[in-house]
Amino acid sequence: MNMQSLLNLMHLCFPLILLILGCVVGKITEWNHYKMIKKREEEWLTVPALTAKTYSGELPVQRSEIAVGSVVVSVDHFKRLFMNIRRIFGGEVCSYSPLIDRGRREALLRMKESCPEANMFLNCRLQTSTISNGKGKSTGCVEVIAYSTALHLRK
Amino acid sequence: MVITNVETVPGQSIIEHYGLVQGSTIRAKHMGKDIMASFKNIIGGELKGYTQLLIEAREEAVDRMEKQAEELGANAVVNVRISTSSVAQGAAEILAYGTAVRVD
Repeated sequence: MNMQSLLNLMHLCFPLILLILGCVVGKITEWNHYKMIKKREEEWLTVPALTAKTYSGELPVQRSEIAVGSVVVSVDHFKRLFMNIRRIFGGEVCSYSPLIDRGRREALLRMKESCPEANMFLNCRLQTSTISNGKGKSTGCVEVIAYSTALHLRK
Repeated sequence: MVITNVETVPGQSIIEHYGLVQGSTIRAKHMGKDIMASFKNIIGGELKGYTQLLIEAREEAVDRMEKQAEELGANAVVNVRISTSSVAQGAAEILAYGTAVRVD
């Protein structure tokens, strides 16, 4: 009987432990990731990524190529629970926005890092698509693609 | 082969249009990666296995598009768009399309 109640307790505790683990580790990784993103963004500050389609500078263009960066991000268990609670009342889902924001900035940085010698990125486009919606037991994740035309200018 | 996502190749002029070229591929995630991803899903964050998978798929799609453009005799593809869609649960389609042109 004692064994049975212990088992029941474990059964109850297991999702809770996962939830707490998800919350704590998720927060730490998020914090670390933001720190890294900010550092890299400062490094790439001198290379602009524009949404303009034409280049109107004086320097002649030496070469152009396509630059792509992508990332797949998923939400943690805690955020999913938060989302479910939020769905009752409606309104902005604050727990999801930092995740997508992280994904976008990471994708943009990867795009820039794929062409380290470029002087400028033209016609930059960001695109988000759902890989799986996270219903039932499947993992909910989204892919963010950033792509643009990298210009190499003759100095 | 020059690939850009603006209407022209900057610094060069287009002399001939060959029309639309496209390349696509559908990739499924393999079981091991799927299990790893579901573990990773507890703490959230980037799923490196899927990112790698989609990068490979995109390269394949762009390669197929390039091949099609080469067959037409083009030396550049302009105005390229890339899109992802999930066809079935656990499989993603990557489509790359653009206009094949000849530049001087």
